[in-house]
Amino acid sequence: MTTANPALFQASDLNQRNARVQQRFRLLFGLMTLLLITPVLLILATLLVKGGGAISWEFLFTAPTDGMRSGGLFPALLGTVWLVTVALLLSVPIGVFAAIYLSEYAGDNWFTRIINLAIINLAGVPSIVHALFGLGAFVLFFKFGTSILAASLTLAVMTMPVVIVATRESLQAVPPAFREACWNMGATRWQTIRRVVLPNSITGILTGVILEVSRTAGETAPIMFTGAVFFTPFLPHSVLDQTMALSLHLFVVATQVPGIAEELPFGVALVLIGLVLTMNSVSIAFRMWLRGKKKW
Amino acid sequence: MVELAGPAAATDGALAAVARAPNKLEVNDLTIRYGSTVALRKVKLSIREHEIFGIIGPANAGKTSFLKAINRMDVFTTGMQVDGEIRFNGLDTRHLKNVYALRSRIGVVFPLPVGLPMTVYDNVALSPRLRGIREKAELDVIVQRCLTRAALWDEVKDRLHALGSLLSGGQQQRLTIARALSQEPDLLMLDEFSIAVDPVTTMRIEDVLKDLRREVTIILVTNLVQQARRLADRTAFFLAGECVEIGITEDLFTGEVKDQRTRDYVEGRFG
Repeated sequence: MTTANPALFQASDLNQRNARVQQRFRLLFGLMTLLLITPVLLILATLLVKGGGAISWEFLFTAPTDGMRSGGLFPALLGTVWLVTVALLLSVPIGVFAAIYLSEYAGDNWFTRIINLAIINLAGVPSIVHALFGLGAFVLFFKFGTSILAASLTLAVMTMPVVIVATRESLQAVPPAFREACWNMGATRWQTIRRVVLPNSITGILTGVILEVSRTAGETAPIMFTGAVFFTPFLPHSVLDQTMALSLHLFVVATQVPGIAEELPFGVALVLIGLVLTMNSVSIAFRMWLRGKKKW
Repeated sequence: MVELAGPAAATDGALAAVARAPNKLEVNDLTIRYGSTVALRKVKLSIREHEIFGIIGPANAGKTSFLKAINRMDVFTTGMQVDGEIRFNGLDTRHLKNVYALRSRIGVVFPLPVGLPMTVYDNVALSPRLRGIREKAELDVIVQRCLTRAALWDEVKDRLHALGSLLSGGQQQRLTIARALSQEPDLLMLDEFSIAVDPVTTMRIEDVLKDLRREVTIILVTNLVQQARRLADRTAFFLAGECVEIGITEDLFTGEVKDQRTRDYVEGRFG
């Protein structure tokens, strides 16, 4: 057509309707996002306003006194760091290696499908069930007693499915063509994993680990029966010691101690969230540094 | 220079040399199945040393499956079953324990360029490193040699440490060729390498291949019949899992064919 047809660029009724519908959906999605972040902001604001006053050098680095009514939370803070660290040391290698096996080596047969199903189901087991399992298996059967080791093992079992699923997802996000190109050169599966697959999935694996850190630090039920105690005047010296933990300490000061200052439980909650956010920030920074080197 | 003498003269000289050469690859009764589907049926052919052997045919002819069977990539494909005999340098590859050694002797170039997610340098140094070469000086020499032979060196010599995946499509395909050459292969298999490459780059790669034949044997799978005509000494025509005909390439185009289907295909009369 040589002559311009002005009608061609006029919005038809259908065009206008489509534009209106698209606006409405955009509004809906936006509102949902707002709804999503509202509780997070409210929680943080409440904690800061009500608990911010409790935070002090002394609060962070001394033990509770006067039946938890005053003093600090240092034993609980240290205990949580112990629990999370030991749980990570146990669950990350096992989870990542298992995921590598499932994703890179295992064939697609009924056996691997059952394993995958089991992993998904394990992720859905309530934490109180894990707690009782930990009590039966690690505290009583393996005779670790109520200790950091028993509690961390319980936490590790509980969070391992998350690590496995996250690792497997990020391994499978690496395009198969990269593997094939590598295999075609005569590389073994392990050489391919080490040189091509892992360097390009490490950020995703770290995301799984970050998720696990947050969850591990906050869980209360699994450690209640297996290693965390109401109060102990001693700091843990080995993985066979009992310990206080922030999450349990929060439960205790919030519900079990009468006549406590109102800002104290909020302060404990603020420290717990602060600890998780700090750990997350470090991992996220590390991840971003790695992603800066991402190759495709 | 050979170009001036015309394609027929070029192939005559080359063919005489090739006809005397020993067999690089012998394939007997090769049948490939995916479950109950037969992808390739009773193929028998042999490829001589330093020959450029073309394979033409429409989609689903079994060309790619044929390549996969040669370097034993069938083990990575679920449901792919290979029967028959494949001898590479006289060795039966179907009953080989060390398939890695076999694959490292065979360079493969895929239809779509696969620039591995690492630097240009590392892409080419990967195979030497897998062979255990650690010394930087030695790797430098290999990288420069392979990139030069793949006609890519001049374009990337200043950004060897940029990501390979940032190169253009045509450059990435030449990078893939450089990577294949870094394996110091006996056999180079190209699977429709020019699908994602512009015509000028295609011609450059074709020139590279003409040079390379002095060092390696080349299997060229292509769906461009004219590409086979430009490069291949002999050409096989695959159709729906059957090797219809194998002949001196020029014969297929000048009508000296045994099978009417071959004539129809090279003349573009069916698709």
